[in-house]
Amino acid sequence: MTEYLTLSMLLFSIGAVGVLVRRNAIVVFMCVELMLNATNLAFVSFARQHGNLDGQVAAFFVMVVAAAEVTIGLAIIVSIYRTRRTTSVDEANLLKA
Amino acid sequence: MLELSWLLIAIPLAGAALLLTWGKESDRFGHLIATACSAASFVLGLVMFIQLAGRDPEDRSVTETLGTWIDAGAFHVEFSFTFDTLSSLFVLLITGVGTLIHVYSIGYMAHDPRRRRFFAFLNLFIAAMLTLVLAADYLVLFLGWEGVGLASYLLIGFWQHKPSAAAAAKKAFVLNRVGDLGMALAIMTMFAWFGTTSIAAVNAQVHSVSGNVATALGLLLLLGACGKSAQFPLQAWLLDAMEGPTPVSALIHAATMVTAGVYLVVRSHDVFDASPTARNFVIAVGFITLLAGAWIGCTKDDIKKALAGSTMSQIGYMMLAAGLGPAGYAFAIFHLLTHGFFKANMFLGAGSVMHGMNDDVDMRHYGGLSKAMPITFYTFGIGYLAILGFPGTSGFFSKDKIIEAALGHNIWVGLAALLGAGITAFYMTRLMLMTFFGQKRWREGVHPHESPAVMTVPLVILAALSLLAGVMALGDWIEEWLEPATGHPVHHELAVPIWVVTVIVLVVVAAGVALAWVLYGRREIADTAPADSEVSVFTRAGRAELYGNNVNDALVGRPATHLTRALVWADAKVIDGLVSGSADRIGEISGELRKPQTGFVRSYALMVLGGALVVLLGLLAVTLA
Amino acid sequence: MMLSLLIAVPLLGSIVVALLPRSADGLLPRYVAFGVSVLTLVMSLALLSRFDIDSGGYQLTEDYEWIGAIGAHWALGVNGIGLTMIFLTTVLVPIVLAASWRDKEHDPAGTNSYFALMLVLEALAIGVFAATDVFTFYVLFEATLIPIYFLIGGHGTGQRSYAAVKFLVYNLVGGLLMLASVVGLYVLSTQQGGATFLHADLMNLEMSQSTERLLFLGFFIAFAIKAPLWPLHTWLPDAAGSATPGTSVLMVSVIDKIGTFGMIRWCLELFPGASEWASPVVLVLAVISILYGALLAIGQDDLRRLIALTSVSHFGFIIMGIFAFSSVSMTGSVLYMFNHGLSTAVLFLVAGMMITRRGSARISDFGGVQKVAPVLSGVLLVGGLSSLSLPGLAPFISEFLVLAGTFTRSIPIATAATLGIVLAAVYILLMYQRTMTGPLNEGTAGFTDLSRREVGSLTPALVLIIGLGFVPQPLLAVIDPAVEPVMSTVGVGDPPQRAPIDLADQTEGDHE
Repeated sequence: MTEYLTLSMLLFSIGAVGVLVRRNAIVVFMCVELMLNATNLAFVSFARQHGNLDGQVAAFFVMVVAAAEVTIGLAIIVSIYRTRRTTSVDEANLLKA
Repeated sequence: MLELSWLLIAIPLAGAALLLTWGKESDRFGHLIATACSAASFVLGLVMFIQLAGRDPEDRSVTETLGTWIDAGAFHVEFSFTFDTLSSLFVLLITGVGTLIHVYSIGYMAHDPRRRRFFAFLNLFIAAMLTLVLAADYLVLFLGWEGVGLASYLLIGFWQHKPSAAAAAKKAFVLNRVGDLGMALAIMTMFAWFGTTSIAAVNAQVHSVSGNVATALGLLLLLGACGKSAQFPLQAWLLDAMEGPTPVSALIHAATMVTAGVYLVVRSHDVFDASPTARNFVIAVGFITLLAGAWIGCTKDDIKKALAGSTMSQIGYMMLAAGLGPAGYAFAIFHLLTHGFFKANMFLGAGSVMHGMNDDVDMRHYGGLSKAMPITFYTFGIGYLAILGFPGTSGFFSKDKIIEAALGHNIWVGLAALLGAGITAFYMTRLMLMTFFGQKRWREGVHPHESPAVMTVPLVILAALSLLAGVMALGDWIEEWLEPATGHPVHHELAVPIWVVTVIVLVVVAAGVALAWVLYGRREIADTAPADSEVSVFTRAGRAELYGNNVNDALVGRPATHLTRALVWADAKVIDGLVSGSADRIGEISGELRKPQTGFVRSYALMVLGGALVVLLGLLAVTLA
Repeated sequence: MMLSLLIAVPLLGSIVVALLPRSADGLLPRYVAFGVSVLTLVMSLALLSRFDIDSGGYQLTEDYEWIGAIGAHWALGVNGIGLTMIFLTTVLVPIVLAASWRDKEHDPAGTNSYFALMLVLEALAIGVFAATDVFTFYVLFEATLIPIYFLIGGHGTGQRSYAAVKFLVYNLVGGLLMLASVVGLYVLSTQQGGATFLHADLMNLEMSQSTERLLFLGFFIAFAIKAPLWPLHTWLPDAAGSATPGTSVLMVSVIDKIGTFGMIRWCLELFPGASEWASPVVLVLAVISILYGALLAIGQDDLRRLIALTSVSHFGFIIMGIFAFSSVSMTGSVLYMFNHGLSTAVLFLVAGMMITRRGSARISDFGGVQKVAPVLSGVLLVGGLSSLSLPGLAPFISEFLVLAGTFTRSIPIATAATLGIVLAAVYILLMYQRTMTGPLNEGTAGFTDLSRREVGSLTPALVLIIGLGFVPQPLLAVIDPAVEPVMSTVGVGDPPQRAPIDLADQTEGDHE
C-alpha cells in the first residue's frame, strides 16, 4: 500500500517540478498530465484500501477532464505556435498586468 | 379714477415691452411711442392729482389692490398701490420731468443707432420708479427699487462699447446691491416681527416694538437709502454713473431715482419717529454727504461730474431734513421737488452744451458760451439762481426752510447746512463762469451752436418750473398737503427771527459767489487743469472724490479679490485635492498589488503550489491541534 | 397608472429613437425625440386634471408588488412637491432638445444615442420624483447615473472621460451610503412586522436615536453629494465643464434636484428627529455653500464652470430653506428648485450657444459681443439677472421666501446668506461685462446673432421666468399644501412670530 502512495508522490513531485522549471509548453503539459495521473494512482489506491468505489469513480472523472483539457490545451498551444513560432511558455506573457 | 394707479405704471411698462420686442421697423417711430406713453402717464397722474386735491385732507389716500402676489404659508404680499399726497407729488415729478426728458432725448439721441432701445429703457425706468413710489407694500416697493436699479444699470452702460461705461454700470449696480442688502434685511425684519410687509401695517405697528427693533429697522432702511441715493458710505458710484447719456444723468441720477432714498425715509417716517438713534444716523449721513458732495463739486473740471457732486450734496440736504423728523419731512420733499426741476434743468443744459461742443465735458475747454447758446445760457442761469437760493426762485424757499429747521434742531447741523449753501454758491458760480463767461477756450474744429427746439423747449419749461415752484411754499401749502402722509409738522422756535436767518444765508451765499468771482471770474482760466502736484491738498482730495474708491478698494475690493483667489486655489488643491488624492492613493495601492502579476505562467504555477502548500500545512496544523 | 405611463412614454420613445436607422442628417431621431418630449409635457399637464391641488397628501398613487421576497413594491404617487419637480422635468426636456438640435451635426452617427439618452434621463427623473417606495427610488436614483455617464463620457468635450468617471465614482459613493441606509430600513422593518419599503409604512418605524441618525446620514450624504453641498461639490464644475450644454441643464437643473427633493421626502419625513439634530450643521454648510460658490464663481474664467459654481451657491439657498424648518422657507425652497432649473437652463444653453460660436469657453476670449449679437446678449442678461434674483423675475420670489423664512429661525444665518445677493450681482455682471461689453474682440467679430430656432427654444423658459416673477401663485398654490404635512412630520413647527406687544415676549424673541 505504502509503495503505491510513494510512487504517486514521486510522480506528482516530478510533474510539479517539471511544470515549474521547463519552458516548453508541450513538456509542461506532459508534466501536468503526470501530476493528474499521480493523483489517479492515489485515488485508486485509497479506493482499494477503503474497499469502496468512490476513488475509482473520481479517477474516471479526472481522466475525462484530463482528456478534455488536453484537447483544448493542445489546440491553444498549436495556435500560439502558429502565430509566434515558439512553444515557450515564457514568451506568452500578454496577461502581464 | 383714483383707483387707476396701476395704469400709471402699466402704460410705460407696455411701452417698454413693445419697443424691446418690436423689430427694426419701429426704429423710426419708437421714440414717439415711448414719449407718448410717458406723457399719457403724466396726464393720467395729473387728473388723479386734481381729483385727490378735491377730497377732504383726511381722505386723500387711496389704496388699490390688484391681487395677490405671493401667498406662501404665513408670508402674504398683495400687489397693491397707494395714491396719496406724497406719492401723487412723486408721480407728477417722475412723469412730468420724465416726459420732458423723453422729448429732449428725441433730439439728443437723434443720431444713435440704438435710440429705440434707449427709449425702451427710459420707459422701463418710468414704470419702475412709479412702482417704487406707488407701492403699498415694502416688497412691491423693493420690486420698483430694483427695477430702477436695473434701468439705471442699462442706461449708465448704454454705450457699452466703452469699457468705462460698462464698468460704471456694474459698479452702480453692485454698490446699489449693498444697499439692497439693507432693504432686504429690513423687509425680513418686518416679516419676522410684524408678520406683514405692508407699509401701512408696519408703520402702524412699529411703535409697539422695542426701540432696538425700530433702530435696527431704521438703520437697515437707511443702508438701502444710502445705496440708492448715493449717500455716504455708498456714494462712490454716482460720479462714475455720469458715463451714461446726459438725459439719463438728468432723469435718473439727478431728478428722480437718486431721491428714492429720501422718499423711503419719509415714507417710513413712523420707523424713524420711533427711533431717535436711527434719525441721528440719517442726519449724520446727510451731514457728511452734504459737505463731501459740495467739496467734490468744487474741484471737478468735468461739467457733469461737478453737477453730480452737487446732486450728492443736495440730496444730503434732503436726507438731513428727513432726519430732523416731523420738523423736516415736508421740507425734504419740497427740496426734492424743486431740486428735481432745477437740477434736471441744469443737467439738460449741460447736455445741450456738450451737444454743441462735440461731447467735450471739460469745462476748461468751454468759456464764453453765453453768446453762442443764448437759450441754454438763460435757462441754465435760472437753474443756477435756483440752486443758489436767490430770493424768489424755488430754491430760495426750499433750501432756507431746511437750514431753518436744521438750526432749530442743532446749531452745528444748522451751521453745516449754512456752510453747504456757501460752498454751493462757490462751485456753481465757478461752473457758470467757466462755461458761459470769460474768453473762449474752445478746441479746434468746435463750433458751438444752439440746440434744436426739441431740446430747448424742455429746457425752457424746466427753467420756468425752477423759477416758480416756490409757490408750493406759499401759505405752507406743501406742509399741509403732505400732512396726511407724513404727519403733523413740528416747528422749533428759533432764537432769532426768521428774517435774520434769511439774511445770514444770503450773506453766506453772496460770499461764495464773490469768492468764485475772485478766483475764476477776474482771472484767466488755464485751459489745461493744473497737475495734482500743483494744487492744494483740498483740491487733490476733491479730485480723487475724497478717496472713496480707494477706501472701498482697500477695505473690500482687494481683500475680496485675494479671498477669491485663495478660495479658487484651495478648492482645486485642498477640497478637490482630497478627492482626487484619495483616488490617487487607491491607484498607487493597486499599482503595488499588480507587481506580482508578471505574466509568466511558471511564476503563477509556483504561486499555486505555494498556496496549496499553505492550505495543506494549515489543515495539518488544525488537525494536529 | 398615469404616472407609470408618464415614465413609460419617454422610455419607449428612447428605445424607438435608439433603434431608428442612422441617417446622414439625423433629422428623424431628433424629430421623434422632440415629439416624445412634447407628448410627455402634455401628459404631465393632463395630470393636473386628476390632481386635487388643495389636498396635501399623495395622489395618483399606484402600488404593484415588485419583488415579493424582500417586500419591494413599484409604488408611485405625487404630492405638490413631486408634481412641481415633474413639471420642471417635462418642461425643460423639450427646451433642451430644441436647443441641442445641432449638437451632433459634426457627428451624425451619435445622434440617435444622444437624444435617446436624454429621453431615458427624463423617464428616470420622473420616476425618481414619483417614487413612494424607497427601493424603487433607490434603483431609479442610481440608474440616472448611467445615462449621464454616457452623455458626458460619450458626447462631451475636453476632459470628458475624467469628468465622467469622477461624476460616476463620486455619486456611486453617495449611492453606496444610501444603499446601506436602505438595507438598514429593510432590517428594521423586518423586525417590526414584515419587510416593506413603502414610504407610508417607513414613516411609522420605531428606531432608536442613534440608529435614526446613522440612517439619516446615509441618505443625507448621498443627497448632499447630488445637490452639491459644500464640501462635496467638486465633481459638479468638472462634469459641467465637459458636458454638452443640454447635458449640463439636465444634470444641474433636474437630476441634482433629486438631492434637495430627496432631503425633503426621505430625510425630513423618515428621520424628523435626526434632521432636527443635524440642522445647525447643515445650515452652516448651506451658508458656506452660498458664499463659497459665489466667490469661486467670481474667480472663474470658464463659462460653464462659472454657471456650475453659481448653482452650488443656489443649492446652498435651497438646502438652507429646507433645513430652516419654516413653512415659508420650505415653500420657497421648492419654488427655488423650479426657478433655479429655469434660470440655469437659460444660462447653460446661452453659454453653449456662445461657446459653439466662439469655439472657446473662456470668458477672456469674448468681448463686445453685445454689438454684433444684441438678442443673444439680451437673453444672457435676462438669464443672468434671474440668477442674481432680480425682483420681477421668478427666482427672486423663491430666494426671498427662503431668506425671510430662515430669518425667522436664525437671524445670523439669514444675514450671512443675504450677503450672497451682493456676490451674485458681482459674478453675473462681471461675466456679462467681460463677455458682452467693451470693444469687439478679434475672435468674436464673426459672431452671428441667435437663430430663430435658438430664440424659439429659449422663449418658453424666458416667458416662464418673467411670468412666474409676477404671478407665482399657480405654482405656490400647488406647493404650499404639500409643505404643511412635511412641516407637521418634522414637528418643529414654524418659528413664532416675534411681534411682541409687551416687552416680556420681546426679550424672549431677542434671545433666539
